[in-house]
Amino acid sequence: MSQGAMKEAAQEGDRRLPSLDVLFGMHRRMVGIRQFEERVRTDYLARRMPGFTHSYVGEEAVAVGGCAALEPGDLITSTHRGHGHAIAKGVGFPAMMAELYGKLPGACAGRGGSMHIADFSLGMLGANGIVGGGFGLAAGAALAAQFLGNRDLTLCFFGDGAINKGQFHESINFTALRRLPVIFLCENNQFAQYTAIERTTAGALADRGTPFGVPGAEVDGNDVLAVYQAVRTAADRARRGEGPSLIIANTYRFYGHNVGEAVPYRSEADVAERRKRDPIPRYEAWLQAEGLIDAAGCAGVWEEVTREVDESVAFALAAADPDPATAMDDLYASTRAAWSTQ
Amino acid sequence: MPYLSMGQATNDAMRVAMRLDPTIIVMGLDIRWGGSFGQFRGLYDEFGERVIDMPISEALIVGAAAGAASRGLRTVVSMSFVEFSMGAMDELVNQAAKLRYMFGGQAKVPMVLRCADGTIRSAAAQHSESFEAIFAHVPGLKVVAPSNAYDAKGLLIAAIADDNPVIYLENKKIQPTKAEVPEGLYEVPLGKAAIRREGSDVTIVAYSIQAVNAAQAADELAKEGISAEVIDLRTIVPLDIDTVLKSVAKTKRAVVAHEAWTFGGFGAEVAAQIQEALFSELKAPVMRVGARHSHIPFAPALERAIVPATEEIVAAARRAVALSGQTMQRAS
Repeated sequence: MSQGAMKEAAQEGDRRLPSLDVLFGMHRRMVGIRQFEERVRTDYLARRMPGFTHSYVGEEAVAVGGCAALEPGDLITSTHRGHGHAIAKGVGFPAMMAELYGKLPGACAGRGGSMHIADFSLGMLGANGIVGGGFGLAAGAALAAQFLGNRDLTLCFFGDGAINKGQFHESINFTALRRLPVIFLCENNQFAQYTAIERTTAGALADRGTPFGVPGAEVDGNDVLAVYQAVRTAADRARRGEGPSLIIANTYRFYGHNVGEAVPYRSEADVAERRKRDPIPRYEAWLQAEGLIDAAGCAGVWEEVTREVDESVAFALAAADPDPATAMDDLYASTRAAWSTQ
Repeated sequence: MPYLSMGQATNDAMRVAMRLDPTIIVMGLDIRWGGSFGQFRGLYDEFGERVIDMPISEALIVGAAAGAASRGLRTVVSMSFVEFSMGAMDELVNQAAKLRYMFGGQAKVPMVLRCADGTIRSAAAQHSESFEAIFAHVPGLKVVAPSNAYDAKGLLIAAIADDNPVIYLENKKIQPTKAEVPEGLYEVPLGKAAIRREGSDVTIVAYSIQAVNAAQAADELAKEGISAEVIDLRTIVPLDIDTVLKSVAKTKRAVVAHEAWTFGGFGAEVAAQIQEALFSELKAPVMRVGARHSHIPFAPALERAIVPATEEIVAAARRAVALSGQTMQRAS
């Protein structure tokens, strides 16, 4: 559903219309991702930050709309471009920034870094440096939910590059067969690393569920409400026990594949054109047109969020490094099943 | 006490564990029908939907087993032949093995990957190999390779109870061998080698089928007046190097034997650790016995030319003893 149609839905009392808290929360989290990622980019290019990182700028509506449509117990799997998913699922800036700086209070105690941020307590089952790495994990998480008899569903974020992996087809077959509660949400940002989708991918992405009886929807991934509605519809289906759905969210990454690369594979004019469809100003225009917030209110959110991001950097820089003596810790769990005789 | 084959013993292990723990599920192709070696026979009848038919989608099977394990189930996966696990190495190495560490200890992944390995009846290149060195090389995995029915049951129960991914390797040729196997729950701890036979001249370190062959080799060597101590590692990761070093410190000579390739094989790791710890005490270089660095051929006449058995272990032990004689002569 487009933003334009949202008002109509509200008038019809559509229960899929987000509450005001959700509407404002989505705005704050989109701005949060934007400011977090811009700051990470700045610090990374200044060589203050170790490792390498992939910017989510331009794709905020997908993570935020998707996660806003979930219930608190629901789970997500993420990608190498995972900062946005983590923030959208509720991981705080300090834990994320400390992780990116390799510090002890980081979300993974400095073991993971940019591509492996996870917070299992929030149902964030991990960013994943392997393209398509989330497919099997999402299927397994959903299988566990089915066996354990809870209602938790798993939202599997992946990219247009990953849809060509065999694991996509293996997972969609199995989850459809067993009617597992999974939503496959493809962020089509038009590029697999540096290579345009036209050069790698045959057919329509949304049709890839069809042979398995899995419904496919295509939405404007820069329209946060459209993503929210699509995921909500898929979540309802999953919770009714009808199995997985496939959603293709068409979006665009404003920066390159990884921060710091040269981007010879697309023109500045293309990027400028795409930036006109920036999801955040679009959503703010809608919020203002609906009279839910004014320009000063929006500016206030940017100011607060920017301050929080700055504070998270200060926190990360002041935080302790992990102790080298602990470098081998947590490789193996020392626990065993309760019934073990050992 | 029941007298069971290794396949019957692991079947019993599955029943014991699954009766104790309703969160254990089994995933694989054909397991509802007993599996390729009958090792899952009857489990579907007793445990119903906890025994899950899987499509031939190795990556999905292992990825989903890891995902489900990280969410509160204990998963036991049948990979059938170990070669088939290569289709799931991404999920095994990049996901299952790493989830806990790279997420800072947030996840645990209690899963067991059961794989049949080794040569049998000219199964040829894609159904005969032994990959323990590949698995052992990856941190975060444990690797188990039993040689008899008692250990097969106790190690499998211990592997299922473990909160880490465990590769459980079942040598095909020795599956029918029988032993007395206690009923009910018992565990053979992972990381504890067994001294099968005490000796004073040379230590033979082996596991899986080569532990069986090593015992026969020790009988042969005894006829020649060579007293061999036989250590069955039982678990490759964690490696019980203490038991190995204590033995070699006594015998001063060691042979490490496995059916997998010698080149880059796990025996090289054991040999290196022995030499690092006991270099000045050794009377001979540590000898390795394994397959020649080739694919496994089909023709029975060729298979034996690649894959070692008892004779090669005997020859290596003799060589160690003979070489140490030369060394001592040179030194004197």
